[in-house]
Formats: sequence, structure tokens, C-alpha cells
Amino acid sequence: MITVSNLSKYFILHNQNSAVIPVMDQANFSVSKGECVALVGQSGAGKSTLMRMIYGNYVAQSGDIWIGDTNVVGATARDIIDLRRKSLGYVSQFLRVVPRVPTRDVVAEPLLALGEEQAKARSNAEELLSLLNIPERLWDLSPTTFSGGEQQRVNIARGFVYDYPALLLDEPTASLDVKNRSIVLGLVERAKARGTAIIGIFHDEAARNQVCDRIIDVTQFTPKVA
Amino acid sequence: MNEYNFAYLDEQTKRMIRRAILKGLAIPGYQVPFASREMPMPYGWGTGGVQVSAATLTPNDTMKVIDQGADDTTNAISIRKFFQKTAHVEVTEVTKEASVIQTRHRIPETDLNEDQILVYQVPIPEPLRFLEPSEPETRKMHALEEYGLMHVKLYEDISRHGAIATSYAYPVKVEGRYVMDPSPIPKFDNPKMEMSAIQLFGAGREQRIYALPPYTKVVSLDFDDFPFEASKADHACELCGADNSYLDEVIVDDQGGRIFVCSDTDFCASRQQEKKGSAS
Amino acid sequence: MSLQPLLDVRGITKMYGRRIGCADINFDLWPGEVMGIVGESGSGKSTLLNCLAGYVDVDDGQVFFDTRNEGMKDTLRMSEPERRMLSRTDWAFVHQHARDGLRMSVSAGGNVGERLMAVGARHYGNIRDEAIDWLERVEIHHSRIDDRPTAFSGGMQQRLQIARNLVTGPRLVFMDEPTGGLDVSVQARLLDLLRSLVREMGLSAIIVTHDLAVVRLLADRLMVMKDGYVVESGLTDQVLDDPQHSYTQLLVSSVLQV
Repeated sequence: MITVSNLSKYFILHNQNSAVIPVMDQANFSVSKGECVALVGQSGAGKSTLMRMIYGNYVAQSGDIWIGDTNVVGATARDIIDLRRKSLGYVSQFLRVVPRVPTRDVVAEPLLALGEEQAKARSNAEELLSLLNIPERLWDLSPTTFSGGEQQRVNIARGFVYDYPALLLDEPTASLDVKNRSIVLGLVERAKARGTAIIGIFHDEAARNQVCDRIIDVTQFTPKVA
Repeated sequence: MNEYNFAYLDEQTKRMIRRAILKGLAIPGYQVPFASREMPMPYGWGTGGVQVSAATLTPNDTMKVIDQGADDTTNAISIRKFFQKTAHVEVTEVTKEASVIQTRHRIPETDLNEDQILVYQVPIPEPLRFLEPSEPETRKMHALEEYGLMHVKLYEDISRHGAIATSYAYPVKVEGRYVMDPSPIPKFDNPKMEMSAIQLFGAGREQRIYALPPYTKVVSLDFDDFPFEASKADHACELCGADNSYLDEVIVDDQGGRIFVCSDTDFCASRQQEKKGSAS
Repeated sequence: MSLQPLLDVRGITKMYGRRIGCADINFDLWPGEVMGIVGESGSGKSTLLNCLAGYVDVDDGQVFFDTRNEGMKDTLRMSEPERRMLSRTDWAFVHQHARDGLRMSVSAGGNVGERLMAVGARHYGNIRDEAIDWLERVEIHHSRIDDRPTAFSGGMQQRLQIARNLVTGPRLVFMDEPTGGLDVSVQARLLDLLRSLVREMGLSAIIVTHDLAVVRLLADRLMVMKDGYVVESGLTDQVLDDPQHSYTQLLVSSVLQV
């Protein structure tokens, strides 16, 4: 479902003496349907970078990233937008909050973008919000003022409201207490059972061991300092 | 050198004005620019109408001049005298007997026929002017038939007054194409614009001539749910009893007493004659 | 997905003597897409917008638009009546200063109703109902329908301008610094409104702005302009998060974090 081959990346900081920072060298791996793979490696090794590249948020200098039949590397903006709408979900570490939009609508957004009718999209959103213990009185409010943990749960709800064939999770359990952590892991298990291919970054070893089938150490792709 | 050229204007000028008139008749409601001449009366006193009349008159014509329907106001008298002096044409106050009628702000009550010409004095020829001050822009709007703005004006009237408040110079659409300002005639007169006579419009200061050939379709603008109404005061004429003519309100004493009389003096007078005649 | 773009821009070039206004600009825009054009003063972004909208004559280039009845047509070579009709129906232009896009001496209802009347609406009641509907959609209370825009705040004027432009259901909206000059809280409200209208109506839009936060919020794709040229373009979040060109990197890093 997800195949990364010979993927390389470097940054050129033009305004800092054109410093070249290589961050990835010949990454290769794949993830099948229903599999959950964890990216591990020390901080700075390139886990988030790799995830952003798969999502099309970062540019790859060479190599390929296949999500189903689409190669993210070299794809047009239109194609990537389409991919993100239908096939590839991403739960980032931080919720980027649009002012004034109520929580319920934030979560319903991916379904609405796919043309789902409003009432159904909203009720699906509400289901997930309940599951993740976001109290109903907060559903009409914008998440701007929520705590870190609440924002993260809203983020997760949005990531799981639609059954993406492929899903990227960046520290999904980071700011959560034990109860909510297990709920989120339950969502991951459900997604796996549906055949979703998942790539995750889990700081928490226990969480990782619970849901992930394999581990990929990105340090093997980190360019060696000469 | 005591004699004026016939009707004051030189022949070349009359030719130029006639060309403009012919263009106007060929394109009903379209404003034709013309080179307005200096006339022996200031702008705002009918120079456009006078130039059109001067170009139209022939020695055999009989002329009538009215101002607000009356033959005996200062301006009507002055202009009539002007043409008597410069053209030596017959003059009359009887509508039926005139071949050329110059008017300010009214259409005679008596129906006109195919042998007559009605010349209107026009202050501002451009109906869109107050909403769109740019001349090149209004010309484009006429050329491209973009008249949405005209309805905006009527919309504003209804929203502010509950009805279309325009009571004179009520805009009309001519032959389904050009929107035209009929000059400041009361809206009561608008339906009369579908007539058998030729109608010519002259604006001296603004330098425009436009025209309506006989039997031209002239429709007053309105909304489907606020149709045009040619309204007038709810009275009959005090002097002749007519209930279907446009009336002037005349204050008769210091106690606020008032009567309503026909604005068209010839119409009123001839009706009074008739009544006297049938009474005896 | 539709088979052809809504707008296909080729080689737009505008010179002011020897000075470059904009040079050889190419891009396409699909239905429902929002394109942001960013750059600093003098980058040529407003020039480009004015060229696309037909307000300024170009020295070279074509702007193909998918007209409803006649397929792709070069709008720059359309007859004037055609282009004016287009700008009243399928296209809309939201100006930076509301007074450039409104009739200040006409009531709010008249402003919104004008485009309807321009395409033949002749029922006062219906026109007024639609105007009220649109005022509510842009969050102006219907009791203000007979007020003149001179009595509105800047944010309200801008929202009125949007209502006036969108009432005939255009497919393409040009926006020139739509939030320029507005208070920050007012900007947020306006951007949110634009976001939902774009989505609800399936609009395509081209938004020129110097404010990167606006494009991050509204635009799917981004073009970065400098000195009349496009130096970088692509997916909005990618251009902002992983800028490749030196100027883009400078622009992004210069934004103050709050």
C-alpha cells in the first residue's frame, strides 16, 4: 500500500551561505494493508521528516513514494490534494487551529470535503468526539482554548473520522492520559482490522509494542557525517 | 442689416441640426451629439428646444409654444415672439391648429396627429447621469444595453418611499432598446408618448438631440410587482370639469384655500368654450 | 473531477517601458481550487491580477477560461460586451478597498441587487429577498439592508463587497488583498467567511496577498513572485514548510511568530 524507494532529501539554506543539510539517504521500505509500522530513531534522525515527505509536505530530492498507484514525488499539487482527500490521512503532533470553526466542524471537515452531507458528517464527528471523551458542551466551541491533550484528541478524531486506506500518525498518544491512550490505540487497531496501512511515530514504547507489527529504524537512512 | 436669417440660425447650422435629427429618428431614443450654438438666451432657458425648432420650421408652419402647459407664461411668450421676429411664422395657442409645438415640461392634452411635430426642451438628456457620473461609462452602458443601474434607482425609490417616487422625468425604454429621459414631464404624460406626431428632444447645454418617430413603442420602466402608474391629483378641473387632465394646484387666498385647474391652458379654454356653447 | 481546467493562463507579460510588471506567467486553475499569489510590494502580483481580470492590457499572453457555452475562450481577446457580461456573471473581483467595489451612494440592498438587475431580475420582492439572504450569509444583519455603505465599518463594507460579487454565483473570484487594512479580529472573521463560501459554492479563487497566514488558510496552491517573475510554486503547505527558492526561504523566515 505504501512503498518508499531510494528516497533522499537535503535542505539548502540559501540565506545561510547556501549550507547544504542532507537529512535522508536512500530510504527503502514498504507497508502493506492492515500493517502498522513504527518509525524509530533518536531525536533528529528524520522520523517526522520522513513522515512529512510521505504526506507531500516536504520535497524529496530523489526517489519515489508510492501510495497505492500514486507517486507522491513529482506529483502535481492537484494530485496530492486529491490523494490527501481520499487516500492519505495525517495526524500531526499539533492541531493547527482555524479561528472560529467549532470543534464538531473541525472533525467533520474531511467528510465534508468528500461531499458527505452535513448531518451525517457531523454525527460521525460527534461519535468520535464522544469516544475520545471530549464533552458535548465543547463541540460548539473552537478548539483554540482547549488544553494540549484536548486539542490532540480533536486532531485524532479528525484523522479517524474517515477510513483512509493509508494513515500517518505522529505521536498520537503524546499528551494523553492512560484512559485516552488506550482509546486511541483501540482506534488504531480498528483501522488495521479494516486494512489501513499505518505508519506511526510512538515515543511511548508500550503503545508501540501494542499496535505495531514492525519497527523501522530511520537511523539507517540518516546520512553519515563524514 | 436688419433682417435675421430665417429662424435665426444660418443654413449650415440648420443642416447640421437636421442631420442630427435624422440620425435621432433613425435610432429612436439614442442621444445624438450636436454642436450646440450660442443662442440669444442663456443655457437653461430652452436653447436646445429653440435650435431644434429653428431647424425644423418652414415659412408655412404655424407655431405654438407652451411652458408647463401654459401659453401665457413669460418664457412661452418670449420664445413665441422670438420665432415671430426671426421666422415670421404664424403663431397660435390652439393645439389643433399648430404644426410645430415647442414645449417645456408637458405634453398637450389634445391628441396630436401625423402632421404635427412636438419639440421638447431637455435639461439633462442622460437618464443614468445621477448614478453614474462618467460620460464614457454611460455611453458604454447605452451601447451595450447595460441598464441594470436604472432599475437600481427604482429599487432605491421603493426601499426608501415604499413606491417608485420618481414623479417626473420618469425613464422609459424605447422600442425595447434604448433607455431615455423623456425630459421633466410629469409621469402622467408618459403614456402619451406613444403618439402619431414626431417628437424631437433638444438639450442645448448638454449638446444632445434625440427623437421618436410616430407610433414608436415607449414603455415606462418598472418592476413586475410595482407596475408603472400614471397618477395625478384626485380632483377634477375647477374651471372646465375635466377629470382626466393633468392639474396645477393654485393657492387662492391666505387661508390655504386652493383649487385645481388644468395645466394645459388651451385644453381647458376650449372645453370651457364648448360648455358655454352647449349651455346657450 | 472535471476534464479541463477552469482557467489556463499562458505567457502573461506586462511591461511598463523597460520595467517589468510581470513576465511570462503560466499556470492553470481547476474548479474548486484556490490559488494564492504572494510577494512583497513591487513583486508584480497585483499587476498580474489586473492583467488576468482584464483591467490592464497585456503585452503578451492569453487567459483561457472555460465559458459555459463555448468551451475554452481567450478572455483577453473577447469582445467588450462579452467580457463585461463575464465580469457580471461568471467572474467576480473583490477589491482591497471596499469603496472601489461598491456604489457608496446606493443602499446595501441595492448594491447586492445590482448584479441581479443587470441580468434581468425585475421583481422587487424577489430581489430584496435574495439581498437579505446574502447579507445574512456574510453576517450583516438584515435590518441594515437600506443603509448606505458609508454607514458601515471597514469589515462590513468588505463583507458587503463579497455579497455583491457572489450573488450571481460566479465560478471564479479574483481577490486583491481582501483583508488588507482590516483589524486583526475582523480579518479572522472575513477569512473564515471566505473559506466557507469557497467550499459551499465550489468557487475557484485567485488571491493576491502579502500575508502568508491568509494563503495558508485559504489557498490550495501558491505562487511566489519577485520582481515580476514567479520564483516558486506548488502546494501551499509545501512551499511554506519546505521552501526551495532562496527568496521564498527569506519570505517565510521573515514572518514574525506570535
